[in-house]
Amino acid sequence: MNPDGRLTVGLAQIDPALGDRDRNLERHREWVRQATAAGANLLVFPELSLTGYFLKDLVPDSAIRLDDPIMRELGALSTDLDIVVGAVVEEPDHRYFNASLYFSRGELVHLHRKVYLPTYGMFDEQRYFAPGDRFRSFRTGFGRAGILVCEDIWHLSSAYILSLEGVDMIICPSSSPGRGITTDERLGTAESYNLVCRTYAQFLTTFFLYCNRVGFEDGANFWGGSMVIGPNGDIIAQQEDADEALVLASLDLAEVRRERLTNPLLRDERLELTINELRRVWHERTRKPF
Amino acid sequence: MSAPASLSEPVFAPLVINPELVKRILIGFIRNEVRKVGFERLVLGLSGGVDSSLVASLAAEALGPPNVLAVIMPYKTSDPKSRSDALQVVQQLGIHRLEIDISPQIDAYFERFPDADQKRRGNKMARERMTILYDHSFAWRALVIGTSNKTELLLGYGTIYGDMASAINPIGDLYKTQVWQLADAIGVPTAIVQKAPSADLWAGQSDETELGFQYRMIDQLLYYLVDHRYRVEELKRLGFEEAFVEDIIRRVRDNQYKRRLPVIAKLSSRTIDRDFRYPRDWGH
Repeated sequence: MNPDGRLTVGLAQIDPALGDRDRNLERHREWVRQATAAGANLLVFPELSLTGYFLKDLVPDSAIRLDDPIMRELGALSTDLDIVVGAVVEEPDHRYFNASLYFSRGELVHLHRKVYLPTYGMFDEQRYFAPGDRFRSFRTGFGRAGILVCEDIWHLSSAYILSLEGVDMIICPSSSPGRGITTDERLGTAESYNLVCRTYAQFLTTFFLYCNRVGFEDGANFWGGSMVIGPNGDIIAQQEDADEALVLASLDLAEVRRERLTNPLLRDERLELTINELRRVWHERTRKPF
Repeated sequence: MSAPASLSEPVFAPLVINPELVKRILIGFIRNEVRKVGFERLVLGLSGGVDSSLVASLAAEALGPPNVLAVIMPYKTSDPKSRSDALQVVQQLGIHRLEIDISPQIDAYFERFPDADQKRRGNKMARERMTILYDHSFAWRALVIGTSNKTELLLGYGTIYGDMASAINPIGDLYKTQVWQLADAIGVPTAIVQKAPSADLWAGQSDETELGFQYRMIDQLLYYLVDHRYRVEELKRLGFEEAFVEDIIRRVRDNQYKRRLPVIAKLSSRTIDRDFRYPRDWGH
């Protein structure tokens, strides 16, 4: 954070090479250099930024382990600014996760394993990945943050849980393929994500950083559209085009406080009521005879 | 059957596209899928119809006219207008052109099978053209860019390993009525956009006569059936005739094989395409 309480975030809207981890790591270095020169304090890379998205059977070959030497190389990228990197993480028991890793000052601060793995239509993630089992926030030098990877945000509960943990910002690395052609100037996917991300920011009075990739894999296009949204739901910065771009935004972190005074939605949230009602729903579901 | 009147009649609203957005995506697609596999050039069969004219335009814009080779491959019964339309597109775009009259090689073959019907001859012509394109793909180090649209692919209205063969296809997810819109917006000559669609395998052939239905009706039905998975009962409630619906469903189902690789007898634990699954862009 800068002395004036502002945070400069960068979204690295990049086009990772499919299955080429070495090349992608080198490109991460270039983007880190560029973002550092631009004064960024935090740089977010898209989902699976080290590997590309439609990996299929390349998942095991593309994976990293938390005791791999590459972890030190990734850590080294976070000397001058914090970074969020997308990677396939292999556990010692050989389960593979679609994960996002937060590094700061050379250290791994947090790792989020994608919980909701889309397996429908063009998506087949559950065939290759194991699902994460938690949503947890973590402390950063810029307040409390939480990471949700792409499809995670299509489940209301994920962002809601992070919100109740008191996050100041939700970081959403994404590899969203564009689809839905109408008369609109944007793809249907872009419209949907704009709606969802803005809604979360406003409902949960939190900053929302959405970093989507660009490029093509097997004919599918990734639409970019990376955006930084303020806790009042306004878009602070957005790259509308599907070109590689460094999206920069200067955030006044005190806006979270001001927004929550104006709109005390979080204060009024009835956590116990929600838990009780969810437990009731769960009991009723499990009590069904068949 | 009347001409499609592709520009004058209103398009079914859900299939109206923003041509600028689609063009931007397709040009990005071509650049990306060609260059990342180490190519810089494209070759296509240019018939003078709207599909190949559109693809030629997209290819020229994506990679530059000097990197596009249009091969015009008439048979002696092809409509001369097709050739002149193709030449107009070549001239307008400034792309390379190669003309090969396929009559001698087709006729030489069918001398041995004089009783072959039109369909057999048409399929042979489509496959001759394919071999010519792939020969020039190798000779000129160019990828073959396909020109089959979504309507044709779904109905199987094409020759397997003939006109359906290509390395990349930018318009395979656009219905015919959407091809018309994009072609018009991108500057394909109006006469080409408006003429009655024809495979031109023999004189007077017409897609819509052969199919028995107009593309605008077929595309509407496919939109509900394929894109939104309407059931037959729901389609009838929308006013589609049952016979029409059944005919289109049968065509889509019966031609599924054309859209897939040959079926492989499974023996091992890792069979190609069944449990050996790698992206097409593997290593790129």
